[in-house]
Amino acid sequence: MSAVIDFQGVTRRDAELVRLDALDLQVSEGEVLALLGHNGAGKTTTMHLILGLLSPSAGRVTVLGGAPDGTHAETLRRRLGYLPENVRFYEQLSGREVLDYFARLKRVDRRQVNELLDQVGLGHAASQRVKTYSKGMRQRLGLAQALLGDPRLLLLDEPTTGLDPAATRAFFDTVRRLRERGCTVLLSSHVLPGVEPYIDRALILGGGKRLALGSLDDLRQQAALPLIVQARGHSAEANLAHHLGKWDDPRIEARAVNGHEVELTVPADAKLAVLRRLTDTPGIEDIELLPPTLEHLYTHFSAGLSPAQRGDAR
Amino acid sequence: MNAILTIAGKEFRDGLRNRWVLAIALVLAFLAVGIAGFGAAASGGLGFTSLATTLVSLATLAVFLIPLIALLLAYDAVVGEQEAGTLLLLLTYPISRTQLLLGKFLGHGLILAAATLLGFGVAGVVIAVGAEGVPLAELAAGMGLLIGSSILLGWVFIAFAYLISVWVTEKARAAGLALVVWFLFVLVFDLGLLALLVSVERGGDWLPWLLLLNPTECFRLINLAGFEAARSYSGLTSIAEGSAFRPAVVTTLLVAWILVPLGLALLRFRHRAA
Repeated sequence: MSAVIDFQGVTRRDAELVRLDALDLQVSEGEVLALLGHNGAGKTTTMHLILGLLSPSAGRVTVLGGAPDGTHAETLRRRLGYLPENVRFYEQLSGREVLDYFARLKRVDRRQVNELLDQVGLGHAASQRVKTYSKGMRQRLGLAQALLGDPRLLLLDEPTTGLDPAATRAFFDTVRRLRERGCTVLLSSHVLPGVEPYIDRALILGGGKRLALGSLDDLRQQAALPLIVQARGHSAEANLAHHLGKWDDPRIEARAVNGHEVELTVPADAKLAVLRRLTDTPGIEDIELLPPTLEHLYTHFSAGLSPAQRGDAR
Repeated sequence: MNAILTIAGKEFRDGLRNRWVLAIALVLAFLAVGIAGFGAAASGGLGFTSLATTLVSLATLAVFLIPLIALLLAYDAVVGEQEAGTLLLLLTYPISRTQLLLGKFLGHGLILAAATLLGFGVAGVVIAVGAEGVPLAELAAGMGLLIGSSILLGWVFIAFAYLISVWVTEKARAAGLALVVWFLFVLVFDLGLLALLVSVERGGDWLPWLLLLNPTECFRLINLAGFEAARSYSGLTSIAEGSAFRPAVVTTLLVAWILVPLGLALLRFRHRAA
């Protein structure tokens, strides 16, 4: 499969500030990639480079077979959907009018407008002015805008901000359908638990550098983060804290949450041994396994950064 | 070309919807009818005086109002969309920055033209019906010239507004600069010229040429020169006489006053970072 997005040693400098530092990245067709990082990590810069809003200071960016900031831009931009992080659509227009305006500018069949409004669940509010929309409705209007013209590549900057859980699920269902049609999706987010089940790979950026790139499994392995095992007993009489306090393996740490609940930090390869012992321990009622989440991975990979690099400088 | 029309159409509909067109037309019509009806008040009378006086007064009104209206209408054309985030989005669409700005100019230009035509047009009809003994042909010619030149003057200041709008990054700053531009061209320039006129004792043949440095003076020249009887009331602009100040030449200059700031705005917009 050919790469939809190809970054070769891409650096972007604004005066003294290095926004992006020698980034290599290949994204193939039909892939959902999450861009993760603090403010100022380079997520938005990466998106702007893909969109051709910025040109690289060094290195080469190729998107759908051409440089996005050159003559290729015109063709590219008709096959691309983008949802910016902060956008306030024309308040005095109705949702349908806004979408119709963008459809004309993108030279897209305008019958799509009503279909898309229905698809994002705004069909009933299509004739209302955007002024009256809630934050979630505005976000969904933005998504409908990004979906105009069946894009091959979708760039979504913080797409789930302001969406309630139901709308978030509906949003990712849409993303999944698009991926099945071969659309490549790039999304940035800091609501990590929200995006985790839906992404193929994650790119963790920090201070403009690539800290890690891979599927969640790969990243978990790279980080070798321990998993958390929670064991809960009937009552304090089970005295779990006492029973589970000592382990042969020094890497396992036990911490009593309260009288009848213990939290164990366990390396991945010791998982089964721990589980065996837990099931043999009398009085245990429930065991819960918590694999390291993106949140943990993220904290792990960005631990090496100085506070200034992690800071909110944008 | 299609994109330009789409953008222009949207701007124009915005203008109708948020009642810019209606508001401008009403203000112009109201003040114009007032001036026509109470034109004799200065000389202690009441009612319509002469066509010449009325037209000079209307031109003076337009010099003050039209630039202000144009600047207010258009100062946030780019910076407003930038603050809303829609500019960033539009720049990722298959349209060029030139198309975007020209489309907006066309839309705003039409709003101003429609409102001016409506406002002064209504005033013209009221004068024609209400005032006795007005030569209709002269009235129509005078009002036509006034409306046409007012529209050009408005476009000049829309172009200035765009130049401001692409240069700054905050809406509030753009609004402030727009007022400064209005103040300079409409008030300060006249005072400065007057001071020069008084202080220069000999020579001063070059003074009338300074008038051409200000689009509002060009506007006045067009209206006054186009109307022989108005000359006695023309005040400062009466220093301008000669072939260089013929209406055709001055109109061309006024058009140049549109093209230069608009061209600069386009250049700046195309070369600035997103």
